[in-house]
Amino acid sequence: MIGFENVRKEYPGGTLAVQDFNLEIASHESVVLVGSSGSGKTTLMRMINRMVDPTSGRVHIDGDDVASLDPVQLRRSIGYVMQASGLLPHRTVLDNITTVPVLRGTAKREARERAHELMETVGLEAALAGRYPSQLSGGQQQRVGVARGLAADPNILLMDEPFGAVDPIVRHELQRELQRLQHELRKTIVFVTHDIDEAFLLGDRVVILKPGGIIAQVGTPQEILADPADDFVASFVGADRGARTLHIERVDGRDVVVDADGRPAGVLAAQTAGRAGDGPMGERPS
Amino acid sequence: MNWVLENLEVIGGYTGAHLLQALPPILVAFLLSLPLAKLANARGWLRTSVTTTSSLMYAIPSLPLFVLLPGLIGTSVRSPVNISIALSLYGLALMVPTASDAFRSVSRDVLGSATAQGYAPAARFLRVELPLAGPVLLAGVRVVAVSTISLVTVGGVLGVPSLGMLFVDGVRRGIVAEIAAGVVVTAALALLTDALLVLLGRAVMPWTRQREVRRA
Repeated sequence: MIGFENVRKEYPGGTLAVQDFNLEIASHESVVLVGSSGSGKTTLMRMINRMVDPTSGRVHIDGDDVASLDPVQLRRSIGYVMQASGLLPHRTVLDNITTVPVLRGTAKREARERAHELMETVGLEAALAGRYPSQLSGGQQQRVGVARGLAADPNILLMDEPFGAVDPIVRHELQRELQRLQHELRKTIVFVTHDIDEAFLLGDRVVILKPGGIIAQVGTPQEILADPADDFVASFVGADRGARTLHIERVDGRDVVVDADGRPAGVLAAQTAGRAGDGPMGERPS
Repeated sequence: MNWVLENLEVIGGYTGAHLLQALPPILVAFLLSLPLAKLANARGWLRTSVTTTSSLMYAIPSLPLFVLLPGLIGTSVRSPVNISIALSLYGLALMVPTASDAFRSVSRDVLGSATAQGYAPAARFLRVELPLAGPVLLAGVRVVAVSTISLVTVGGVLGVPSLGMLFVDGVRRGIVAEIAAGVVVTAALALLTDALLVLLGRAVMPWTRQREVRRA
């Protein structure tokens, strides 16, 4: 379990990144911190592995105040995945994945064996093991990032906008893969993004942040959609624009789901089931 | 040409002396530039003053420096040590700003990510920051090496043994072949050292020689 208690972060010069933040994250839970820039979401996440120390308040993991733990050891026990630029450009794919186990003193051979397994787990061809990050596509780099985050089999995985730099199709694929992985591995995941759809897709719970790390609402995606706490949340999730208010229109004998702006969102599931090959998104009234 | 063949031993001796004066300054400039550049980068105002000092230092003409230095450090005017010390200063003047740029060229994201993976500060410097600054550092060392090897010849004017003696002696005695030998061997030495540095760079920085093959 990860806990934030009255956490505040003030930078020299008076910038208040986080005012007074409280949150408990259960083990095996996946929590997404979502907010625009300046919401303090990344700052909060980095407090967990002591990349940032709070000015006051405390962050604890399974009851231990992280301030009492050695930062280097702590970081080696927590998986960290960030945008592709975070891979070490001078190390091969395999060496990137084995970074943390090797730092922790695992024998190189053992670490490499595990890295090969992980490459398979995250969907990377074995042939890529000897490549450098710059020789990979954005999606492949991101998979390497995820494999590296998982390499030391940490209980906690921190993900800092990991899919922000890839195109929408690849991003969707990576999000699906992460869901599948999480289903198998049951890590405690703290995920930071500014994309509310990504947050709803990946979070067991979603924390919507206002500037200064103020929690606008915490809840499951369903709870937030059904009952936005205030106008800020409604606007953030798109409910105020009608993007989340769906109704059904009948087109060519099939039920098409349309939002308040008249934009088709999909086809009602019962009807697509019998038509293999038709994606749920592809239907447009013409 | 006959002169060259008859004096191979002399040329060889000067070449050895030349290298002995050139190599230590190259090494010293490289090694000392690393902590100086790190220090300079840590503080904004220091970086500006270090860069300015370096350019000023490089503006000092070499011959007067070679002559002045013995007075300051108490060596004899003809000692090769003077040359090496003076050239270390020139090397530093070239290398510190380059090293400062080299460290600044390393992506903050990569360093942050290395910290997040659990690199301790010293390990992060040696295994992430230094190698990634490598290509720019190498470019700097190549300039320092070539410049140092050619500057050693100036010592010849003072009678410090080096390939520079071949020009001085050749001019004095009117032997064109001797002058030419001095020029050619100095240039060859510089080119050879440069080529070796390039090869060394490829060996220790294998990631820089990979062509980018982006795949979908």
